Amino acid sequence: MYNFEVEKPGTLAEATAAMAGEDAQALGGGQTLIPTLKQRLASPAKLVSLSGVAEMQGISKDGDALRIGGATTHGAVAADGNYPALSALAAQIGDPAVRNRGTIGGSLANNDPAACYPAAALGSGATIITTNREIAADDYFQGMFDTALDEGEIVTAVSFPIPQAANYQKFVQPASRFALVGVFLAKYADGIRVAVTGASNEGVFRWAEAEAALGDDFSASALDGLSVPADNMISDLHGPAAYRAHLVKVMTGRAVTAAG
Amino acid sequence: MPKDTGIGASPVRREDVRFLTGTGEYTDDIVLAKQTYAVFARSTVAHGTIKSIDTSAAEGMPGVLAVFTGEDFVEVGGNPAGWLINSRNGEPMKEPKRPVLAHGKVRHVGDAYAAVIAETIEQARDAVEAIEADIDELPAVVDMNDALSGSNFVHDEIETNQCFDWGWIEDNRDATDNAIKNAHHVTTLELVNNRLVPNAMEPRASIGSYKASTGEYTLHTTSQNPHLTRLLISAFVLGIPENMLTVIAPDVGGGFGSKIYHYGEEALVLAAAKKLGRPVKWTADRTESFLTDAHGRDHVTKIELALDKEGNFLAFRTDTKANVGAYLSNFSTATPTFLHGTLMAGNYTVPLVYVNVKAVFTNTAPVDAYRGAGRPEATYSLERVIDKAARELRMDPIELRRKNFIKPDQYPYASAAGLEYDAGNYDALMDKMEEVADVAGFEARRKQSEANGLMRGFGVNAYIEACGIAPSNLVGVLGSRVGLYDAATVRVNATGNLSVMVGAHSHGQGHETAFPQVVAEMLGIDPAVIDIVHGDTSKIPFGMGTYGSRSLAVCGSAVVRATEKIINKAKKIAGHMLEASDQDITLENGVFSVAGTDKSVTFGEVALKAYIPHEYPLEDIEPGLEETAFYDPANFTYPSGAYACEVEVDPETGKVRVDRMCAVDDFGNVINPMIVTGQVHGGLAQGIGQALVENTSYDENGQLLSASYMDYTMPRADDMPMFHVDHSQGTPCTHNPLGVKGCGEAGAIGSPPTVVNAVIDALQSGGTNVTHIDMPVTPARVWDAMQNAKSEEA
Repeated sequence: MYNFEVEKPGTLAEATAAMAGEDAQALGGGQTLIPTLKQRLASPAKLVSLSGVAEMQGISKDGDALRIGGATTHGAVAADGNYPALSALAAQIGDPAVRNRGTIGGSLANNDPAACYPAAALGSGATIITTNREIAADDYFQGMFDTALDEGEIVTAVSFPIPQAANYQKFVQPASRFALVGVFLAKYADGIRVAVTGASNEGVFRWAEAEAALGDDFSASALDGLSVPADNMISDLHGPAAYRAHLVKVMTGRAVTAAG
Repeated sequence: MPKDTGIGASPVRREDVRFLTGTGEYTDDIVLAKQTYAVFARSTVAHGTIKSIDTSAAEGMPGVLAVFTGEDFVEVGGNPAGWLINSRNGEPMKEPKRPVLAHGKVRHVGDAYAAVIAETIEQARDAVEAIEADIDELPAVVDMNDALSGSNFVHDEIETNQCFDWGWIEDNRDATDNAIKNAHHVTTLELVNNRLVPNAMEPRASIGSYKASTGEYTLHTTSQNPHLTRLLISAFVLGIPENMLTVIAPDVGGGFGSKIYHYGEEALVLAAAKKLGRPVKWTADRTESFLTDAHGRDHVTKIELALDKEGNFLAFRTDTKANVGAYLSNFSTATPTFLHGTLMAGNYTVPLVYVNVKAVFTNTAPVDAYRGAGRPEATYSLERVIDKAARELRMDPIELRRKNFIKPDQYPYASAAGLEYDAGNYDALMDKMEEVADVAGFEARRKQSEANGLMRGFGVNAYIEACGIAPSNLVGVLGSRVGLYDAATVRVNATGNLSVMVGAHSHGQGHETAFPQVVAEMLGIDPAVIDIVHGDTSKIPFGMGTYGSRSLAVCGSAVVRATEKIINKAKKIAGHMLEASDQDITLENGVFSVAGTDKSVTFGEVALKAYIPHEYPLEDIEPGLEETAFYDPANFTYPSGAYACEVEVDPETGKVRVDRMCAVDDFGNVINPMIVTGQVHGGLAQGIGQALVENTSYDENGQLLSASYMDYTMPRADDMPMFHVDHSQGTPCTHNPLGVKGCGEAGAIGSPPTVVNAVIDALQSGGTNVTHIDMPVTPARVWDAMQNAKSEEA
């Protein structure tokens, strides 16, 4: 690690002020950032720890939506249960140490192309609430490690519309246990959403053809005849693009069956 | 009734108290006064010419005490290969120098070309970043075929990338060729034995220190064999007299082979300690472990098996390319040859074996012995091709193996690959395996899997290994440059407790528990009064280390011999005390008695007499009670086993799950069954890891793609089934005093082919004509093989 300053603000206003400094870097649970610092692959002048920000804590039900503070750990989401498919997803992230430190805000701000939360947010049509504005998930994810966030903008909360039924199917990359392919599927009164993580060079994406087919017939067999193009899929030592494309369909079918 | 003490009992491991409570003392835990820190500058390219290294900026950085480059070590020796292999044409192998720090060229990613010593580790890291190295990148030599055919050389001075071209047994070559040409059936298989990164839990670490007043050096280091490290540094690298160098390997957190060898970092910290007059510590980070620990395996093999129409094996012929990486590590030339080719007859009465191995330099990390070392490669090749032959001939894979097994009445048996097996009973192992694995219940389990939409397969395997490494006279003839005996000193203290100094270092094997069981059994005393001392060259007589499943068979035999000497001398002392001839003294339950009388003295009384020799025949018997023995084995030991595995394969994703794993091993006599079971469990986990998940991958530029746990998959608990382990069918080794064979590597040798055989069986039973998938059998590879098989049928 290189040397850096640390601030731990107690309010959003303080956090925003702290982030205004030069080379300031927000620190959520640190599950990606700390290893990066240890490898000397980043050298921020200042880390702004968000774990003490009052407005970013807690999970609350707000009508048909579940609002989760940005500093909420995966472990807390896993234990919540108001949105069972989301809790199940959180329970599959990393190991207990990761789940007790890592936060939903940190994960969504980082937007790792193989992370689980982006699939849930996009698959649920969630709203990303920041220090400046509210951003629809469809507008938020902009490619690998890329989001609509501006410099210094902090994810303060995420609001998930609770669906009629939902399921997350994760086929793990065996080393990292991130998703080699993860499919989050949610059924709402106005339609089906299918979001895929781990597979694409563009990061998390929606599989529109499947959403349409499942809207007409909510069964795995509705996917017969559909296929995902392999063109823009990730190819690495864990699997070629064609395999990932194949898994997207398999995992989507399993999600439909499991969601019931 | 299981015993509760001595040989055959399973007391809990006494060393686990410190391991499980965090009170072990590892090299990095040791803090010496005025200690400084070393950090290495390592190549980021696989192959390059060092044009210049400017260290001036680094030398001016805060806290920096010294900067070393390859120039500083031009005058000292290289780290040698411990085994000379001659090529088929009689030429000795190529031995390019392996310097302390790279000089002239860098040859793999991670190759160290400079080192900074500073007051703190962070200062040393900062200064390493300030070193300006001008390195001209050269094309990397990665693929072994390219290495052999091209003119881009890892070591320019030898003008080839071939280290040797070895034939075994060369005199059998023509006969083997003829047998294969004329056979009723020949089964051929091309396969890869995948490269593995050892991944010991504790990274390598070393502290060099130097006392100017006496000229004495001390090296604390993560070593499986401190005496060998001392010998290599003294005789080959730095020329420090052996009596001026103490090497201490304290608690060591796993080695699996990778900590047998001497590494350049050890020489660097010693040389730097002398220059600075202060201790110098280096501890690898995990990336350095991935890039620079000696890797394992990495063979590419074509094997052919010739059979007659009854299924009798007529000949095995193999053609192997073995990757040795960028430099020869200490045992890298023995592993693919005499620890591999000599095992190519397996458990079978096959009359002819011919093995050709070409060892190849590449711009990758050095490759050397890793748990099993050559024997897993031999077993994998044999047991995969036998399985394929059974399928081609529509024979039951168990019956085909049984048909060719050496039978119990054939021992000692001279194998076609040049070894003399002393004892074994492979049919008894197979019988036991069929019982323990519940082979009879397999079809019912397969139907259940099918009902769940999964393909179930059954795989079997028989193995033999050569352990108890090794008879010095034999290995000397075969090219070894060292002897492979071991040594022990048994010191009985005046108050009757014992210190036993053993050459075999313990880094997880449980020696501190098992060796006292042997001594306690022989003396009839409480094992609690016996303490094991190991890992410090200033305290123990000598030792050739812990590897090759040798500790009990070789060092344990030295312990027995030294204890016998203790008993002989103690009987003389007791005879004097009891006024009887030592010939008439018996020892039972720790009491010396005159046969046929009620006169006796206890072991403790004899010990006290030895150290307070009043009324003592000093003209006949020396005072004291301490004996040393060196033991050199007459032959290898030959553990063997029959393994079974059942897997379920998901036809949609290709994911393989090991559902059942059964290991029936013949380890001869067993000292501590619990420790043996634990050793087998660990070996099975590593073998299943190799078979299914561990994937060391270099790209065409020689960059290690799997250089962290984000991409290198370690087997985890949830990848493992409950293991069914049995060692009830032991046939004692005939030539060592305990009748033991060694158990450390068996699990890693026997399991990979068992798992792959089971996967192929699952795919075949599911109607997919897949005959082979290379390890690791990842979901993507299974799916790909299934797609290819389908398109071939279409």
